[in-house]
Amino acid sequence: MLDVKRYNVRMAGLGGQGVVTASHILSNAVVISKGFSSLVPFFGSEKRNAPVESYVRISNEVIYEIGEIVYPNVLMIFSEQVITLGKSYTMPFYTGLKDSGVVLINNTKPIKFVPDETRELKEKGARIYYIPATQIANEVAKTELATNMCMCGAIAAILGMPDTDSLKASVKDRFIGKGIVVSGGTAALDSVIEKKFAKKAKLLQANTDALMAAYQYAVDHKWGVHAESEEKTVAV
Amino acid sequence: MSQSTQIKADWVPKGDLQEVKDPEWLFHEAPRETEFITGSEAAREAIRRANVDIAISYPITPQSETMQQAGYLYDEGYIKDYYRGEEEIGVMSAIGGASRAGVRALTATAGPGLMRGMEAISSWPGARTPLVLMNMCRVINTPLAIQPDNIEISFLLNTGILHAHAENQQDFFDYTLAAFMVSEEVDVTLPAVVSVDGFFVTHARGQVSMFSQDYKLPPRDGWRNAVPSMDNENPPARISRDSPIQKSNFISYHMHASWQQEVFAAVERSAKYWRKYLGDLIEVINPDAEIFVVSSGACVSQAREAVRQEGEAGRKVGLIKIKTIRPWPKVEILAALKNAKKILVPEFNQAGWLHKELCSTLYGLITAEIIAGPRVYGGMSMPTEIILEWLAKARK
Repeated sequence: MLDVKRYNVRMAGLGGQGVVTASHILSNAVVISKGFSSLVPFFGSEKRNAPVESYVRISNEVIYEIGEIVYPNVLMIFSEQVITLGKSYTMPFYTGLKDSGVVLINNTKPIKFVPDETRELKEKGARIYYIPATQIANEVAKTELATNMCMCGAIAAILGMPDTDSLKASVKDRFIGKGIVVSGGTAALDSVIEKKFAKKAKLLQANTDALMAAYQYAVDHKWGVHAESEEKTVAV
Repeated sequence: MSQSTQIKADWVPKGDLQEVKDPEWLFHEAPRETEFITGSEAAREAIRRANVDIAISYPITPQSETMQQAGYLYDEGYIKDYYRGEEEIGVMSAIGGASRAGVRALTATAGPGLMRGMEAISSWPGARTPLVLMNMCRVINTPLAIQPDNIEISFLLNTGILHAHAENQQDFFDYTLAAFMVSEEVDVTLPAVVSVDGFFVTHARGQVSMFSQDYKLPPRDGWRNAVPSMDNENPPARISRDSPIQKSNFISYHMHASWQQEVFAAVERSAKYWRKYLGDLIEVINPDAEIFVVSSGACVSQAREAVRQEGEAGRKVGLIKIKTIRPWPKVEILAALKNAKKILVPEFNQAGWLHKELCSTLYGLITAEIIAGPRVYGGMSMPTEIILEWLAKARK
């Protein structure tokens, strides 16, 4: 049983990285696992590489709040450019982060922050994890487009929610969708759907594999709830 | 897409396969299933079940998704006629015309689009045109922004239009369906706006419990109007040049004044119908509290969380959610707040229109301090933390 009541997750990344999709996958997985969730994306003109944020609330209890998360306890940074090039709606990227908050950053190595940032993150007791999400995506799914899946897998491992079965079901919802189940269509229509389905099933598998690889990465590194020593929770 | 389906000889509009049901049964008794969907999708599902004859659209963020979805509903045959207008003055004029023709009419807009269509919109109530406008609140002032700020609601308060303010995706579904039924009641015959805070509700997912899509509302009866539909080629009040009906070739002030009185009386009369579908026009939590938060729209959700956290800390805070802004539930509000000592009015706009409404209702009738805020605007959502901070200040 989770003793933490709720996680308020702010995701930041670049247009095209699937930040908004990631928030839907995470949110939907929590709902599938009988939890509660709400989310709202924030972006300007839709273009590649422009800043994107998405806010997801997840909890094992009912959630009332909606809208932007100004005071998150979890940050997911999908690209180092959010920090190093300031491609973000929130500067510095940890603005509003609650004490002992979780920060998951997609990068192969720790980022060198300016002294003020280092100090402030230390004062907040931020727990920073670096995951090579794009690298895992390229290796496992053969496409960097699965970076967002890796981020979802890693954060689920760190927070201990949602469970992996619900995550997989959520990814399936995304690719196969509830509506594509054949319903009394003609034979011709069936065969078109089957062809599409085969391609989508392949995509689904690659994405699920990437997600699980990142999940395992976080478990292997003993992050979050998998830590050997009891880590302080980050309840609101 | 639509060309191929709509011209097939054996094509049956899906709306024709739906079964008309009693609206009260649909609201209160019909089995419902819950789905986790966005506000725009909740709007689509309401429209699907609303037996809409005509929808006219014009895109504006964050409303565009909803009317795009309405386009799919037209393609499937749930809406009988649908087109995209040239811009909002045209759309709002045309939809008024559609309503005068006696059919069920729907349109939607947001912030600046509402402002552009405002001349036509403000002519709807006097013309006694039942129709529904879904309004996804958005910043209207310069500098440009697309985020939710519900100041536009203040521009609609004195038009004589019915106005419900949805808190979440569920409300957006329920209020929209109710709005059609209420606006077409014979002693109402007025347009209705259902406002919702854009993005936070339209683009966010929430649990929505809905009755089956095999059912739909009864169709509009075009002949059930408070007054004959006003045909401008044969206007009912322009038959005489004599005083007191006419003054020169315009309506006289006697006529116009009584016409307005009747419009605003009809707004009040609509309350009983809203109650039929939505229950009380306000929702009250912790009625015996001394400190209250009064709010409408998405801000209520933030207030709920604040009330929950206060409760965990052992402090009782009351909450009043106002469902309909017009009719304004004056009597209910007064009864709920008669023993309050402090009242907070959090809002998503700079003007504080809800605070002003509340002050004029309560002035001289209760002794509570009515605190003007907290407010966020420009599209920010109200962090629960701000409400908690203001509650702590109010307690001192």
